[in-house]
Amino acid sequence: MLDLFTEFFRQVAEENPRWNFIFFYQEIQAGKIWKGIQYTLLLAVCCVVSSMVIGVLGAWLQRSKSMLVRASVQGYIQLFRNTPPFVQLLFFYFALGQLTPTYSPDGWLEIPIISNVGWAVISLSLFAGAFNVEIFRSGIEAVPDSTQEAAEALGFSKLQTYRYIVFPLAFRISLPALNNNLVNLVKTTTQAFAIAVPELLYQCVVIWNDYPSAQYPTMLLLFVVYVSMVAVLVFGMSRWETALRIPGYDH
Amino acid sequence: MQLSDSWSPSDPIVSIKNVHKSFGALEVLKGISMDIMKGEVICIIGPSGSGKSTLIRCINALNDIQSGSITVEGQEVHDPALDKLLLRKKVGMVFQQYNLFPHKTALENVMMAPLLVLKEDEDEVEARARKLIKKVKLEGKEDNYPGELSGGQQQRVAIARSLAMQPDVMLFDEVTAALDPETVKEVLVTIKELAADGMTCILVTHEMGFAKEVADHIYFTDRGVIVEHGSPDVFFDNAKDPRTQEFLSQIL
Repeated sequence: MLDLFTEFFRQVAEENPRWNFIFFYQEIQAGKIWKGIQYTLLLAVCCVVSSMVIGVLGAWLQRSKSMLVRASVQGYIQLFRNTPPFVQLLFFYFALGQLTPTYSPDGWLEIPIISNVGWAVISLSLFAGAFNVEIFRSGIEAVPDSTQEAAEALGFSKLQTYRYIVFPLAFRISLPALNNNLVNLVKTTTQAFAIAVPELLYQCVVIWNDYPSAQYPTMLLLFVVYVSMVAVLVFGMSRWETALRIPGYDH
Repeated sequence: MQLSDSWSPSDPIVSIKNVHKSFGALEVLKGISMDIMKGEVICIIGPSGSGKSTLIRCINALNDIQSGSITVEGQEVHDPALDKLLLRKKVGMVFQQYNLFPHKTALENVMMAPLLVLKEDEDEVEARARKLIKKVKLEGKEDNYPGELSGGQQQRVAIARSLAMQPDVMLFDEVTAALDPETVKEVLVTIKELAADGMTCILVTHEMGFAKEVADHIYFTDRGVIVEHGSPDVFFDNAKDPRTQEFLSQIL
């Protein structure tokens, strides 16, 4: 069965010089694609999770009494929302990367403590996190003050009110917008290509540089993988939305 | 446990003395004083914007005051050193818009504060919550979300939620104002039963018939001052102040 499959694509490549699906019949290339998919998934999962943590934390800090804290959060949002994520990534890797300490396991090679994958996760999380803060903030603002007041009148502390009342409601309100931002984030992980993170786009470029005949098929593969990944994310998010739906509640 | 050691049950449970309260330049309470004894039912009536709601919101420190004093069981409410939690254990509040937690079922709404705030045992709290839901005649609705209940039912859950904290004083802020006329009655019946059980109740209300029937004492406020007060019989039949007479003639 597998032989038939590889044989078919070998045949296609022979007959059509521009449609060399080399990753379907050459194990080395298939390995590159698989590694690329793993890195892409790693980036996506790490960035989605940490950008959400940043979003929740930022939205919480925005309610702080301290002007300084609120201004810092605002400054962070403005900086990361209003500059291109690509420029941010290059800045983190090439500028800040120079300043980070290094370690040397063999006394010869100097390895920075934050790898390019690390910088990609940090930079993309901060980028998407800035949007998530705004998304959660608008969710929080949509929770009526009177609901919080009821919690206050029952003796809830500020933290309890946030944790048990405001956040669960705000999160539900925020989910559709969050969904959009996370889809964008997953696609933006391809930019890590520029700092040589061996994610899917990087691996595809490696393959088509070696085998120009494989360029169209690898591009096609990129589309298929991203469409599927985003589909899984959107499916998961909408399942989550449904699970959190409150009977009789409008939001 | 009571809030202040110097307080004895024969003293007023809530004592308001010369309270002034402003929102910016607008002074809404201009020297209000009243004493409320344990077990009394007090109705505060008056035209919109007369400061009624603000007054009862000051009693559980949802609003602060500029001067004067409010004590609950002898404890100054607006003492910055007071742990608000202690106050809120003693004083329950029900709002015009119910303000239930929409993502929690009726039972969860009632159980939440005793569990989180008082850190009581879950089984005990649940038993008490079920009893309270039965008391407000909502048996069978325990697992419904607020959005699935009518306004009157939601308001009764809100009353049960407040009672779950086992307060000594209940504040009702125009609790029937947002309800359909046919559901007003069910909420009033609940409050009436509560009053009959001896709960100290302070109500801001426009339900004159209810005030007349249930209140021990009625206060009429207008533009931030108490214009007139007295027992319902005296107040409704022999109002002396022209402002009170005008107000009563408009609504009775």
